[in-house]
Amino acid sequence: MKKLQSTLPNMAIVLTLISVLAGGILAFVNGMTKGPIEEIKAKTLADGIKAVLNADDLNVEEPVTLENGAVVYKTDKGVAVQASDPNGFGGTLVVLVGFDESGAIQGYQVLEHAETPGLGAKSSFWFQKGEKGDIIGKNPSSNNLTVSKDGGEVDAITASTITSRAFLRAVNAAYAALSGNTSDAQTGATQQANTNE
Amino acid sequence: MSNLKVLMNGIIKENPTFVLLLGMCPTLGTTSSAFNGMSMGLATTAVLIFSNLIISLIKNLIPDMVRIPSFIVVIASLVTILQMVLQAYVPAVYASLGLFIPLIVVNCIILGRAEAFAAKNGPVASICDGIGMGLGFTLGLTSLGAVREFLGTGKIFDFALFPEDYGMLVFVLAPGAFIALGYLIAIVNKLRKA
Repeated sequence: MKKLQSTLPNMAIVLTLISVLAGGILAFVNGMTKGPIEEIKAKTLADGIKAVLNADDLNVEEPVTLENGAVVYKTDKGVAVQASDPNGFGGTLVVLVGFDESGAIQGYQVLEHAETPGLGAKSSFWFQKGEKGDIIGKNPSSNNLTVSKDGGEVDAITASTITSRAFLRAVNAAYAALSGNTSDAQTGATQQANTNE
Repeated sequence: MSNLKVLMNGIIKENPTFVLLLGMCPTLGTTSSAFNGMSMGLATTAVLIFSNLIISLIKNLIPDMVRIPSFIVVIASLVTILQMVLQAYVPAVYASLGLFIPLIVVNCIILGRAEAFAAKNGPVASICDGIGMGLGFTLGLTSLGAVREFLGTGKIFDFALFPEDYGMLVFVLAPGAFIALGYLIAIVNKLRKA
């Protein structure tokens, strides 16, 4: 077959045809993968909530999104809060923190981060139970959750104070969102979280 | 040139990473571990094979003056399809490559092969070229990833060879990518000339 000449109608028709075809195919694939993608997102979130609350099965109420972007998931086993801090070493740090009724931390997960591998990226396990910067069981309203360098009671990740600070700010922000959203929690931590900025 | 020769050409003689030095952005960005490098290589290979095939099939329908935009539309569609499919069915790979998948669109290997090979050859040879170039790219990324992971964390494919504490962190970070790539290129050049 002979090659099409580069005349104006030829070019316009061919480009339009290719774009329309590509658009159609993309719409079809999008329709096919939309369901599974949403399922995976919901499952990841549900698994995260279960993990930070140490519960195998729980009922999650309709999530509440606050003005500052924090999302509160109330459940029958406690409350999970997704909060973030924009000033990590490599950018925004997003955490999901589980609290029991008294406001004590049940568990946490780092959902998104851009920290240095091998240094700041350790935040996903450094603050877990039994690790050096253990924050599990602590209550942001009575415990001062800042790094020891700033007068707090949490050991920062070695050589990653900036990440540790951002992480703890996010945890405190999560608690602030919780106390702003549940009537029975104390409100002192809101002020505390603000003074830590 | 026979199809087998076309295929081997991409893996050894014109290896995109070590000889043509194409697609350096994903090469340096995604190779913090052998697994990441391999996933990126295979994702690129998939796009490369299909883009070569489609472009070699429609090359006579595309007027010369609009060939670049046409190629880009084809490649971008393929990458978007790949992204949606990975996100839906292999979320682990999607999570580790996330940002770099859309960047396959502007990976110069793909447009380069479309322009230099697929636009001049038949579909079968173009597929062979896609496979060869893709495998060459995958091989380059995997070996670079393995070297960086080994020197940086003492592991290869998450299999520990020496304790992580003795690893040289710089190799996992961006500067290590340049250093490791430079030495690998030197070694490959030496081997090719020998």
